[in-house]
This record gives sequence, structure tokens and C-alpha cells, in this order.
Amino acid sequence: MDFGPFLLLATMEGLVMAAVLALTAVGLSLVFGVMRVVNVAHGEFFMLGAVLAWFVTASVPGPPALGFAAALVVCPLIVGGIAALADRAILKRLDYDPEATIVATIGLLYIFQQAALSLYGPDARPVQAPFDWRLQFPWFGYSGYKLAVVAAAALLLLGVRQLLVRSRIGLVMRATQYDRETATAFGIDVDRVYALVFALGAALAAVAAVLIVPIQQAHYLMGGDPLLLSFIVVIIGGLGSLRGTVLAAVLIGLSDGIVSVFFSPTLAKILATLLVALVLVFRPQGLFGQRAA
Amino acid sequence: MKDIPITRTPSRRGLLKGIAAGTGTLAAAGAFPGFIQAQSSEPIRLGFQLHRTGIGAAYGRWYERTAQAALQVLNDAGGINGRPVEILFEDDGTDPKRGAEVVEKLATQGRCDAVFGALFSNVVVGSAPRAGELRIPYLVCSEGHHVASGITNRWTLQPGITDVKSQVQAMAPWVAANLGKKVTMVFPDYAFGYDHRDFFTAAMEAQGGEVVELIAIPPTETSFTRHLPRIPSETEVLYHVMVGPAVLTFVKELGEFYGTGDHPEIFGFIDSLEAVDIAGPGLEFLEGTHFWEGHPRCLQPGASEHETFYRAAVGVDDNGASVSDAREVSTYAHMFSAWETLFVIKAGMEAAGYQGPDDRQAFVEAIEAMTEMPLSREHPQGDKVFNGRTHQVFGHQHISKVAEGRLEVVHTTSIEDGLYPDEVDYTTQPF
Repeated sequence: MDFGPFLLLATMEGLVMAAVLALTAVGLSLVFGVMRVVNVAHGEFFMLGAVLAWFVTASVPGPPALGFAAALVVCPLIVGGIAALADRAILKRLDYDPEATIVATIGLLYIFQQAALSLYGPDARPVQAPFDWRLQFPWFGYSGYKLAVVAAAALLLLGVRQLLVRSRIGLVMRATQYDRETATAFGIDVDRVYALVFALGAALAAVAAVLIVPIQQAHYLMGGDPLLLSFIVVIIGGLGSLRGTVLAAVLIGLSDGIVSVFFSPTLAKILATLLVALVLVFRPQGLFGQRAA
Repeated sequence: MKDIPITRTPSRRGLLKGIAAGTGTLAAAGAFPGFIQAQSSEPIRLGFQLHRTGIGAAYGRWYERTAQAALQVLNDAGGINGRPVEILFEDDGTDPKRGAEVVEKLATQGRCDAVFGALFSNVVVGSAPRAGELRIPYLVCSEGHHVASGITNRWTLQPGITDVKSQVQAMAPWVAANLGKKVTMVFPDYAFGYDHRDFFTAAMEAQGGEVVELIAIPPTETSFTRHLPRIPSETEVLYHVMVGPAVLTFVKELGEFYGTGDHPEIFGFIDSLEAVDIAGPGLEFLEGTHFWEGHPRCLQPGASEHETFYRAAVGVDDNGASVSDAREVSTYAHMFSAWETLFVIKAGMEAAGYQGPDDRQAFVEAIEAMTEMPLSREHPQGDKVFNGRTHQVFGHQHISKVAEGRLEVVHTTSIEDGLYPDEVDYTTQPF
């Protein structure tokens, strides 16, 4: 294939990856930014979203688009609910101690994974895409749904930004992130904010998973890759910085797409890891993170 | 009114009495086994290393069903040497490290006479050394070339399914003659894929063809579109073999990539679509493409009575799906190996006059002495020839074409097509 079309395909693949990665990583970054919790179970919330999407689409009759629309609404709500419950039942009782919450979320990771294995089974199951539209370029064909994923992710990210910047609840979240004690003194129910943030972070991962599941398949072990990549993105972008996270996701997604098309996927992973190492050495707060006071 | 507790907590004295009595009985049983149960009527215990979870789970479920069905047939016909047979299934998570632990657990805690059933080559390669150390017969159903290549040991045998080297060598002439001579290969980037790469490349060159591009896909990959532009436009045949949870994605993306445009002839290993409904959404693109099948998924006209018996016993319909759920497609091309291996174990144990673990060596020697395995209820996939020196069996392979969502066999290879010179002689190795 000629260089031009080759690059076009690589870029589109990279954008799809970047879109999903940005959604997932923003969830992780939000939880860390506001709560100072390193959520190791984040990838499992992603997996739960995908697995639930399979259940929802399988139980909704009618055209695939209807089931998919239902999954897009229901799955993030359920996963967010589970996350809020986990926050109230576990993280709050640990008083959000950084070390204890890491161990607790590792425990959650195994619980979710084994629950999915028991209730959903070990198979990879496909979810049908809501529409079967295909772009035929002169050199190759491309799934129209994949491009729709990029658009949907961009809209969702815009929504999250509006929520944080324009809404009252966003203001409360930012206030809690800035100074927990002062926020409490001003009458903000910090416990509720924490539960909400944890739920929102998990719901973002779940939405990303619902979007990706017609491209990949739902499988109980699928949470590992998104977790690792989200950490890479969040470290490069700067923990707690939304703008940094999104930019880093686009950077990692595009470079992964292009490098793995022209060279090899392994080299793409090597480069991403190397970038993390360089960022940690020369700019530990990340490209857009604020230096800790 | 106060509730009266129904269950009583056992008193300390009662507990001690119970333990003493229990230990006494156990000790007596151990000291005089002959009085408790005659040696010859005790069940033969076989361990099954099962991919119940992990990336091999779809195979595992059907291997378990096939083994259960074969066990039923075996026991109904009087078991082995008149003794009933039990199978202990143990999940290895399709993980090599866990695989070795499972072999150990089945051998020591399970007190099994032999272990069989592993499919994934990484598990087989990871477990075979431990089986050798424990001196327990280890019969694999893996189609990898590792047994016949000589890297395993005298305790490891593959009597139920032909290895990849033989499969690709047998089919290459048909591919070169009917599909094309310039081949691009897409295969997983580990041992199983390398078997395909090396042996098919060699077999194709022997036919005057050439492999124009090799595309190795890392096993963790979940999206494949970005690899597809590497397929050169001069390609006449695209050869694909993929395994794991993402295989369906691979085939769908291949369809998206070529779409309505021209595409090369496509020849795949059914491994890419085991347990997947070939008439499912997004797979229309497969119509007219060809697949290797170890055992034809769809019932073919003129199938033997043994074939229909086997299909009914396992519970598979004429389209290769479960009789209880038409959406649940089997791993038909591979799972016969679990059935046939169990009957090889029976034949081997009966030939060796097997009594217990002391006769394990005689059992392995009895299998090594086997040669012809005729088409029969015990070998429903077809007749086979076993090579005792390389511990590998050789059978017929099928090439099927997708027509109206069904796999129709268009060519069946002979056993001779798949024979190659020995690379090892295990019979000269010590036990």
C-alpha cells in the first residue's frame, strides 16, 4: 500500500485508540485528582461496562441500535452505582489512606474479575454494532462505527469538561480537590462528593467500554490493557490534570497507531514506556501537572 | 418463648471420639487394602488438564463435554480391563505455570494413572517437563509440533491429533494448485504461530510457491486493522491462523478492510473461528473462502456411522452447534482428539495389562508399539497411523469452502501427504 493511504489508516486507528483511552484515563485522573486515590480496579470497571453491555444488548429485543442505546445509558449507571457502593463500604472506612486504598482496590480488582468469570463465564462474546455502515476508500474499507466512536468520545469529554467548569457540582468537586478541609468548613459534604467522583470515574470507564465492545469483544480479562495504558497516559499528562490527560491520550494513541503500523506494536509499547520513564525523571509532575506544594 | 437451637455444637469429647474412630478406620484400610476392595475392581483414575478459564476457555468447555461423552461410552462398554474409569478435571487457566502445577496435583493428590487433554502449546511445553519428572504418562491433544520435534520427553505423547507440520505439509500442494502461489501469512507471534510460519513456508517453496510477507501478531492484540495494510497487493492467497478471544474481531476487521473491493483468495485455519457461528453478523465476507478443518464441523454427505454416533454422543447437531442451543458452536475441528486419546489410553492399558502406577512404563511402551488406528467408534475422525518413535499420530486433513454459511469439504488429504522424516526417536531415551 502507498504511503499516503497507509498513514491515513494508521491515523484513524490511532484516533480510535486515543478516544477510548482518553475517556478511560480521564476517569482515573479525576479520581486521583479529587480523592488522591490510585484506583487499581479502574480497568475492571471498564471490563464490567463491556460485560454488562453484552447482557443489556442480549436482553433488549428489536434492532441492535436499540439495545446498544440502552447499554450506553444503563451500563455506566450500574457501574457507577457499584463504584459508589465500593467507595462507601470500603474506601471511606479506610479514611482514603493512600497505601490502604491501593491494596483495597487491588482486592476489588480480583473480586470484580472473579465475579465476572463466575456470572458471565470465560468466553469472549461479541456485541453487534448499532449500525453497519462502512466507508469504502479507494485503497481500503473502514468501519464507519469506529469513526462514530471517536466523535462520541469527543462529545463525552466535552460534556465532562462542561460539568467540571460550568456546573455547581463541578465547582464543589474542584473545591474539594483544592482543599478538602476548607471545603468541609464551607458546608460541603465531602463524603458525598467522593462517592460521586468515584462513581463518575467508573462510569467514564464503563462508557468507554460500551463504545469499544462492538469493535472488540467482552471478556473477563479485558481490563488489564486499559488500566496499564490509562496509567501511562495519566503519568505523562500529569495526575489530576484533565487537559493533560486528554492530550497525552491523543499522543499515546496516535503514536501507538502509527508506530505499530509502520514498525511493530511491540516497539510502540516500548516507546510509550520509555516516554513514561523520561517524564518521571525530567518532569515528575507530568507535562501539565502542578508541582506538589 | 425461647428458641431451642436445632443444631448442637459438638462437644470436645464427641469430636475426639469421632476423630479417633475415623483415623482407626483409615489406618485399617491402609494396612489391609486387599480386604477393603479388590485391586482389580478399583476405578482407573485419569487426570484431565482442562482449559476451563483463560484464553482457551471455548475449547475447554467442549473438550470437557467430549471427554465426558467418551467416558460414558467407555464405561458402558465395561471400562478398561473390566475396571471402571474416572476422569478428574482440573482447570489450568490456559496458563503454562498453572499447567505444570495441575499435572503435579493430578499426579500426587489426585493419584491419577495418566494425565491428558491439554491443547494450548504454551501449556503443553510448560507442563511436559514436570510430567517427565513425575514419571506420569502425559497425553496431549495440542496439534503443536513440539512432541514430534523432540523437545518433550518419553512420557509425553500425542496419539489423538495430527501436528501442525504434518497438517500444513499435507495441504500446501492443494493451496498452491487451486488458490495461488504467492502467499501472505498472518499468524500469532509465539510458538504455535512459528510452527505454521516455518512449516508452511517450507511446504509452499517445495510446491514452487513463495511466502511474500509474514505478519506476526502479538498475542495480546485486540485490534488488527493496523496490521492489514502490510498485506502486499501482489498477494494471491492470504493465510490466516489466529487463536484466543479476539479471533472474531480479526475476521470481522479483515472483512471491513477489503469490503467490496478485490481481495486475494483466503485460506484460514478454522482455529480462527472455532466456537464461532460462521453465518453470524459481520462474517458474510467469509463466503467463498477456504478453511482447514481437522474434523468437518458440518455433517457431510456420506459421513460414516461412527461420525454420526460420535456427533450424537457429544451432543452436536448437523451444523456443529450444541443440540440444546443452536447458537453455541463447538470446537469441532479439534475436540475429537479428547475422545480418541481416551480410547488410545484404553487400548494402551489393556495391551500393557495395566494394574497400577507401577505399570506406567509398560503403558507408554504399549502405545509406542501402536501403528494402525482404523476408522471406528474409537477413532471417528478417520483412520490414522501412529509413529511410536516420534510419539505423534498422523491422520487425514480436510479443506472446506464456506458456501451459504456452511462449511463444505472440497478436499481431503491422504495420510501419506502429511508424513515427514523422524526428528527424534523417543524409544531410545531412558524412562
